[in-house]
Amino acid sequence: MTESTLETTGPSGLEEHSHGGTEVPPASRGHRFTSYDVEAFEVPGGREEDWRFTPMKRLHGLHDGSAAATGSLQVEVGGDSAARVETVGRDDQRLGTAGAPADRIAAQAWCSFTEATVVTVPKDTQPADAIVVTVHGPGRERTAYGHIQVRAEPLSESVVVLDYRGSGVIGENVELIAEDSARLSVITIHDFENDATQVSSEHVHLGKDAVFRHFAVSLGGDLVRVNTKVSYGDRGGDADMLGVYFSDKGQHLEHRLLMDHSQPNCRSNVTYKGALQGDSARSVWIGDVLIQAAAENTETFELNRNLVLTEGARADSVPNLEIETGEIVGAGHASAIGRFDDEQLFYLQARGIPYDQARRLVVRGFFGEILQKITVAEIRERLEAAIDEELAAAGT
Amino acid sequence: MATLEIKDLHAEVETEEGSKEILTGVNLTVSSGETHAFMGPNGSGKSTLAYALAGHPKYNVTSGSVLLDGEEVLEMSVDERARAGLFLAMQYPVEVPGVSMSNFLRSAATATRGEAPQIRHWVKEVKQAMGNLEIDESFSERSVNEGFSGGEKKRHEILQLDLLKPKFAVLDETDSGLDVDALRVVSDGINRYTEDGDKGVLLITHYTRILEHIKPDYVHVFVGGRVVESGGPELADELEKSGYVRFAGKKEAAAQS
Ligand SMILES: Nc1ncnc2c1ncn2[C@@H]1O[C@H](COP(=O)(O)OP(=O)(O)OP(=O)(O)O)[C@@H](O)[C@H]1O
Ligand SMILES: [Mg+2]
Repeated sequence: MTESTLETTGPSGLEEHSHGGTEVPPASRGHRFTSYDVEAFEVPGGREEDWRFTPMKRLHGLHDGSAAATGSLQVEVGGDSAARVETVGRDDQRLGTAGAPADRIAAQAWCSFTEATVVTVPKDTQPADAIVVTVHGPGRERTAYGHIQVRAEPLSESVVVLDYRGSGVIGENVELIAEDSARLSVITIHDFENDATQVSSEHVHLGKDAVFRHFAVSLGGDLVRVNTKVSYGDRGGDADMLGVYFSDKGQHLEHRLLMDHSQPNCRSNVTYKGALQGDSARSVWIGDVLIQAAAENTETFELNRNLVLTEGARADSVPNLEIETGEIVGAGHASAIGRFDDEQLFYLQARGIPYDQARRLVVRGFFGEILQKITVAEIRERLEAAIDEELAAAGT
Repeated sequence: MATLEIKDLHAEVETEEGSKEILTGVNLTVSSGETHAFMGPNGSGKSTLAYALAGHPKYNVTSGSVLLDGEEVLEMSVDERARAGLFLAMQYPVEVPGVSMSNFLRSAATATRGEAPQIRHWVKEVKQAMGNLEIDESFSERSVNEGFSGGEKKRHEILQLDLLKPKFAVLDETDSGLDVDALRVVSDGINRYTEDGDKGVLLITHYTRILEHIKPDYVHVFVGGRVVESGGPELADELEKSGYVRFAGKKEAAAQS
């Protein structure tokens, strides 16, 4: 396991840390304990491998049972009408099939939600437009637990947007299921108000020859922690996991991925890019890839890059690859944290381009590779504008 | 007529062991219509001079002055210097991932010309300039310098020179790393830039072979962070034959005086 941190401290400059040698890595990060019972998990104290990067105080009790539900999520589904939208109770048999909670907050959310939204893309349909699920937080100083399931039936082809907004404290599970030969693209946008806390566990399950594309975008909120696990139910599953995040002053944005290759002939590609600016802006990226003994001919690659734009920000990046079979097509990972590149800025400015514009070009360029893969033009433009706005807000 | 006057320029760079003076008093005046060749051993500070003129943040100018038509360049930001008409073709051009060459060129032209060029006219202009430098059209959509070979980067520096038409250009070893054909193509590009006689060039090089294509009016020998001798083209021939040995002592003498 290689782990890298770039911390920019005060005006004295930048320090680069590399730890990893001193800590004993856990036996396996890929094989994880799961349970639907919250009491099966101990209350985390903050030193555990899974929690050591998370500021526990800012979880508002989601992790220790003290956060009682005092509000609810407001979920609206719009966009293409081809999807079937249902609000169901806890007892709906379809819920929980994509995966079981792997940490205490996910289990707490599972035990605490009262109703779930199930969005189904019917078999063999190809909705022309995106299906847009807008989720509003419960409001300031309120806590809500939620559950969402998106199910793409066999041979369907669709784009689903999960658009998170508003305030409050949220614990939830999200199931994203692509059944056999379905093509499902999900764009998740975490664009909360400044106060919001969200801890989300995403359970992705792929059927035979299913193609899954995920774009995760984190912009707003005080603390956003997203756990995404991809599991393969059969051969031929193909997952592309792309993410961008922009962490501002005081924000904590954490993305933890686990690609669990348990089937042969599957593929995964993870690319996350983040920018940080402002005092105490934090980002954490954990990329675990497990290739189990049965998963022959796996092809996987993961990459995380961070751009630290100002002093006082800190990025942590931990890629981790566990391989239990020798028969793989290819596996690799890379992670890099760079300071904002003065040389690039200098080059652009030396051609007459003013500082602000040069900075915008470099940051847009950094994210561009990912943003250009977002096929929904509206969303792509919204994100480009949001990034420009973040840059403008920082001033110079 | 424009002039670029460098007067007693001192500059240092921050190193682990503290700051280190690299430019030790550079004096030079370049007028439009002139080409000055600049030759000196490795590490003598030629690139440092080029960067200091362009305003690279790593180099600290401690004293001296650089006037472009009487205006103090040292008080300008990097982009202001470029807009005022100063251009630096870098020894090692920088890669800027995710920014396409076409977007970059257009942004640069808009900035230096003060208005966005007419799109139809611009497309033709770029096509023509790329054709002249034998650059394939496909480069327009590639990221700035990313994955370009050394020679391709140099051609693109001259492409920018051609399109931005600055008053003064500092060309830092634009000839190194070029094969014979590329050297001819790039030299032709530089000659096209100067053909109207209203541009000034400061050509940094280690080799006289580029001087067969580009005729310098003056040759300067740069040692120990300053100009130690100036002369005509014949000085370049002497350097080619005998190297810098004769000048090594001058640096000490100059430092003692
Ligand atoms: N950022 C830096 N940190 C430390 N030393 C530096 C830095 N930049 C330049 N120097 C030193 O300054 C001196 C001059 O370097 P410069 O690159 O200007 O030389 P040059 O004449 O262009 O050499 P070359 O012919 O090899 O290109 C060298 O000794 C170099 O090591
Ligand atoms: Mg040099």
